[in-house]
Amino acid sequence: MTSQISVEAPAETFAAQLDPLMLAESWMLEGREVAVATVIKTWGSAPRPVGSHLVIDADGNFSGSVSGGCVEGAVISEAAEVIASGEPRMLEFGVADETAWRVGLSCGGTIEVYLERIG
Amino acid sequence: MDPHLLKKLNAARRDRQAAIMLTDLADGRNRLVMKGDPAAGDLGSAVAKAFRTGKSGVVEAEGQQFFLNVHVPSPRMVIIGAVHISQALAPMAKIAGFDVRVIDPRTAFATPDRFRNVDLAADWPEDVLKEQPLDAFTALVAVTHDPKIDDWPLISALKAEAFYVGALGSRKTHARRVERLTEAGLSDAVIGRIAAPIGLSIGAQSPEEIAVAILAQTIAALREPPRPLKD
Repeated sequence: MTSQISVEAPAETFAAQLDPLMLAESWMLEGREVAVATVIKTWGSAPRPVGSHLVIDADGNFSGSVSGGCVEGAVISEAAEVIASGEPRMLEFGVADETAWRVGLSCGGTIEVYLERIG
Repeated sequence: MDPHLLKKLNAARRDRQAAIMLTDLADGRNRLVMKGDPAAGDLGSAVAKAFRTGKSGVVEAEGQQFFLNVHVPSPRMVIIGAVHISQALAPMAKIAGFDVRVIDPRTAFATPDRFRNVDLAADWPEDVLKEQPLDAFTALVAVTHDPKIDDWPLISALKAEAFYVGALGSRKTHARRVERLTEAGLSDAVIGRIAAPIGLSIGAQSPEEIAVAILAQTIAALREPPRPLKD
């Protein structure tokens, strides 16, 4: 039955894919290991508000965002370790924070991101 | 994060219930607090405040640091008229995070085939909105051009103080609409809240472009500080 595919309109698919927590749940149900990153603090000009999520699976697939694309790469690589160990981590990204992180926020703000494994 | 709590949180979000995911930043343990759940002490008052303001953040209570992530229901958009513009607007508004409903009593327009995966009611707005009245967290977009269909929900939205009320139509059409609404007993200030001509002025021509203009105007009404009413 090909109609199974055709009844799924793009908008529904996109909306579900764009909601990180809904996607994290469906990944979980598929048996994938998932980490959730959450913006918990911001200072100055930060691209995404407190509460924003990025979800990452063990293969590095991700959805959502904690910045406008500036620090996601670093969060995703940390996520692999958090998924492996199960220990949550606190990550801080700032514009002048070159000693600790190679990436920063070009907008000049600072953000704190809490990274945890689901389950 | 506890997988069961994630499931419960997502279920609450689908049911349009406010919930807070509470994380103890010292040990990473989570708790899900639903609005109305009893909560005592400093943490309890922080939770109550977070529900009130809708703001997520880190709080200190009982000598510990907690992160409170507040999930409040998304704003609604009720579109009157299952027309070409609505076919573009409904999916766009869904992507932008609105809970969308399309209402049109004309069964030729309101067909599931034209509105896949959209909450569609092929009935009169008076009847449909009885069960789920408009409120301050709702945007009302009236695009049928037909006073028989548009006027009742427009009046209803203005009385309910919907955060956005927009009506499609030329200046001439709108002038006649203003006359009718004045006769219905609405003040100029209240009628002045209707966005007409509808949509931000971006020179939109196609139905899809008009949908963008309407959605942008709705978002502005939701996110920008309210402007004082004209009297």
